[in-house]
Amino acid sequence: MNEYSKKIVKVPTINLLREQDMNKLPVLDVRNLGIDFGGLTAVDNFNITIGPTEISGLIGPNGAGKTTIFNLLTSVYQPTRGSILINGVDTKGMTTAKVNKLGIARTFQNIRLFGDMTAIDNVKVGMHNQIKCPFVSSLLHIPPYYKAEKAANEKAMELLDFMGLTEVADQKAGSLPYGVQRRLEIVRALATNPSILLLDEPAAGMNPSETTELMHQIRRIRDTFHIAIFLIEHDMNLVMNVCEAIAVVNYGRIIAKGTPEEIRQNPAVIEAYLGRKEDA
Amino acid sequence: MKAVKFLQYLINGISIGSVYAIIALGYTMVYGIARMLNFAHGDVIMVGAYASYCVTSYLGLPAPVGVLVAAVVCTLLGILIEGLAYKPLRGVPSLAVLITAIGVSYFLQNAAQLIFGSAPKNFKSIVTMKPLVLFNGGLTITGEVIVTVLACVVIMIGLTLFTGKTKMGKSMRAVSEDRDAAQLMGINVNRTISITFAIGSALAAIAGVLLCSTVPTLMPTTGSMPGIRAFTAAVFGGIGSIPGAMLGGILLGVIETFSKAYLSTQFSDAIVFLVLIVILLVKPAGLLGKNVQEKV
Amino acid sequence: MKLKQYVSRHRSNLVIYGVVILGFILMQSLSSAKLLSSSVQGYLVPICAYIVLAISLNLVVGISGELSLGHAGFMGVGAFTGIVVATLLKTVIANKVLLLVVSMLCGGVLAGLFGIIIGLPVMRLRGDYLAIVTLAFGEILKNLINNMYIGQDVNGVHFAIGTEKPVLAEGGSMIINGPMGATGVTKLASFPVGFALILLTLFIVLNLINSKEGRAIKAVRDNRIAAESVGINVTAFRLKAFVVAAFLAGMAGALFGLNFSSLTASKFNFNTSINILVFVVLGGMGNILGSIISATVLYVLPEALRGLADFRMILYAIVLILVMLFTWSPKVKELRSVVSAKVSGLFHKKEVGADE
Repeated sequence: MNEYSKKIVKVPTINLLREQDMNKLPVLDVRNLGIDFGGLTAVDNFNITIGPTEISGLIGPNGAGKTTIFNLLTSVYQPTRGSILINGVDTKGMTTAKVNKLGIARTFQNIRLFGDMTAIDNVKVGMHNQIKCPFVSSLLHIPPYYKAEKAANEKAMELLDFMGLTEVADQKAGSLPYGVQRRLEIVRALATNPSILLLDEPAAGMNPSETTELMHQIRRIRDTFHIAIFLIEHDMNLVMNVCEAIAVVNYGRIIAKGTPEEIRQNPAVIEAYLGRKEDA
Repeated sequence: MKAVKFLQYLINGISIGSVYAIIALGYTMVYGIARMLNFAHGDVIMVGAYASYCVTSYLGLPAPVGVLVAAVVCTLLGILIEGLAYKPLRGVPSLAVLITAIGVSYFLQNAAQLIFGSAPKNFKSIVTMKPLVLFNGGLTITGEVIVTVLACVVIMIGLTLFTGKTKMGKSMRAVSEDRDAAQLMGINVNRTISITFAIGSALAAIAGVLLCSTVPTLMPTTGSMPGIRAFTAAVFGGIGSIPGAMLGGILLGVIETFSKAYLSTQFSDAIVFLVLIVILLVKPAGLLGKNVQEKV
Repeated sequence: MKLKQYVSRHRSNLVIYGVVILGFILMQSLSSAKLLSSSVQGYLVPICAYIVLAISLNLVVGISGELSLGHAGFMGVGAFTGIVVATLLKTVIANKVLLLVVSMLCGGVLAGLFGIIIGLPVMRLRGDYLAIVTLAFGEILKNLINNMYIGQDVNGVHFAIGTEKPVLAEGGSMIINGPMGATGVTKLASFPVGFALILLTLFIVLNLINSKEGRAIKAVRDNRIAAESVGINVTAFRLKAFVVAAFLAGMAGALFGLNFSSLTASKFNFNTSINILVFVVLGGMGNILGSIISATVLYVLPEALRGLADFRMILYAIVLILVMLFTWSPKVKELRSVVSAKVSGLFHKKEVGADE
């Protein structure tokens, strides 16, 4: 950590901040982020600050660059411009695995579970870096292995239980219903012990009752684990109900930021979603 | 004198490299379109050489007829192999197709051994041109070298025109870009793949005749080492890329000749493969290959 | 109760151990009853070696999902290391079994080291590119061994690589003689040690599969991006599996090398790598028992077909193609499921009929 200590910032956060997060180091601090694919600018001048226990949302029309932003935050893509700080550490040049260790975990729009493995094994893969078991004991199955596996099993069951997935623990992840898979992906991300959780369209494909359940669960995750949640969602009901702050993107740029109420009334947002009056 | 020697090695390298390039073209086209490593491709070369040998040595017909028969035999063979062994496996994991290709390779080698025996045959060169002698005998350019390099250039130009201008060539490019989309656009994917195999195999036949004209021995395993070399060349240049295969083949031939001449005869294999590894580490998709990123 | 739980959780692993142990007992008792022909007797050690090679390659290809075409290279490193160590330590270690085990361990360790050297750059590549680079490394290793000279005389051990053959003092002898390979090797390998090596391989590979590393390796194969997103260092895990496989291949190579009185580097060429790959794919990717069975059957098959002389390899090729078509072709799969549905329907009807 030492080499990064100089980069730690304690700027007053720009906006989108809960009272209890005031004067704390933002969990995510993104400055002037941008990426070009070939000559095409997919994301530009993207700024956001997220406090340690905030639930915030990222919305925008299809193709606005939302998932690209998640991919930048998790180092799937390396940005062309700007910087990303997670818990004050600049992630420049880091691999996806490394930024996860810094405290950022995510789910995917097109679910990416390990389909051939059981639900509990998916969670245990998520706990990988928490399981302390030297390679030699993995190879030879000497006692530290059994101790570590037992602890991992208990922790994984606890997490599954938290999202109401106890019953499917031993089923293959690929054979689970869609909504269950989405929740399992959240559990797997939580298993990495993150300080911020990115959810990419968590309610996609869910029925209304599942979505309502999900809203409660998202709040419960924040309140239990004391982490920040940043989500992309098209379900406006969920976004407006759950998020404390919302950023709207279009053509790769932020066009509005604010509370749900402010966003609802923002003319630029209405235009982006409904088109200009003369078009309509 | 040193400069003349250098020139001699360079020309020899380009010549053997041209053979690799012609074989590599077959590899790369098939890979680009069917996404499979056709390990039997090297053995198609051998079949082509035997076909030409039969026509010229047993029937005593002139060399051009030999080349023509070889090309026809290999074209048919390519279509047959694709239809019988690879087509039923379309869409299954590429490793399964790879193993099938290895089976086909064993089959061709052993069939040749059964028919012609394992003793090497003396292949009569198809080129009757007198060698060009320059610098008072310091530099010799054989007829084979000239024909090989010319053939390579002609094939390269022909293929570029074919893929760029003709309807079939455009279909091939479309299928290699996105098979499903091409199918939706009404392109007959199966026919396109068959034709790709046919062209690749015809090229292999020509390569086989040229190879055996330069190195005049022919046996059932004649195709395997040049096959692996050409495969390496295709990867070198960026597998799936036609100019890449050309560049890769010629570079490989030159590197091989130079390392034999200036570094070590014994370790030429090691040197060639080492260069390949270094290139892939610097440019993981080969010299002219495209690096495709997985969509998240 | 605990035992029952253990059995149910590890049933498939226990089956694998059971099959191997039964096979050993069967062959060993046939052998001691002198019921095996000398040629069958001669297959036993190579089969053990190829089983270990197939299991270890399965760890790379089947479990970890990387196509490696250079496995025979590690086998060769192990074989020649084993031969050199066994020759040098002949006077130090009197016990033949101990000498064999030490030689195999050395072979494994050196092959493992090569695994690290090769794996570090290679594991950054993917798919077919990784395949071609492992192929290249396999050929490089073969090329180097082919031009290596190691000799021993009163002055000690002499080593040379390239054209300069070391000059030995009187009474000295070459252990590895360049392209001539190793000659006059003391045959140390025995079937029980081969069997023990299979057990060790199973122990290591099955343990690895059932550990956090094993989960990580499978996760990386299933979905690389998701695995990275939960903090798994993909390269590190592919490398671990690769090195463990190289180590085991090295041990198997040493066992193999010490089973023949002479050996050349050309044995460890591309074709051998491909043969091992065929064992793995036909046995089923990731299926350990499958690897064991297919290595045994496919090693014995060409030998058993020897009576057919020239036709045997062509038959082998046809069998290989047909098996691949039969197991993988979507059309055949469909046909099979239709047939099996009809057959089970037939039985089902009979059952109903019986009830009435």
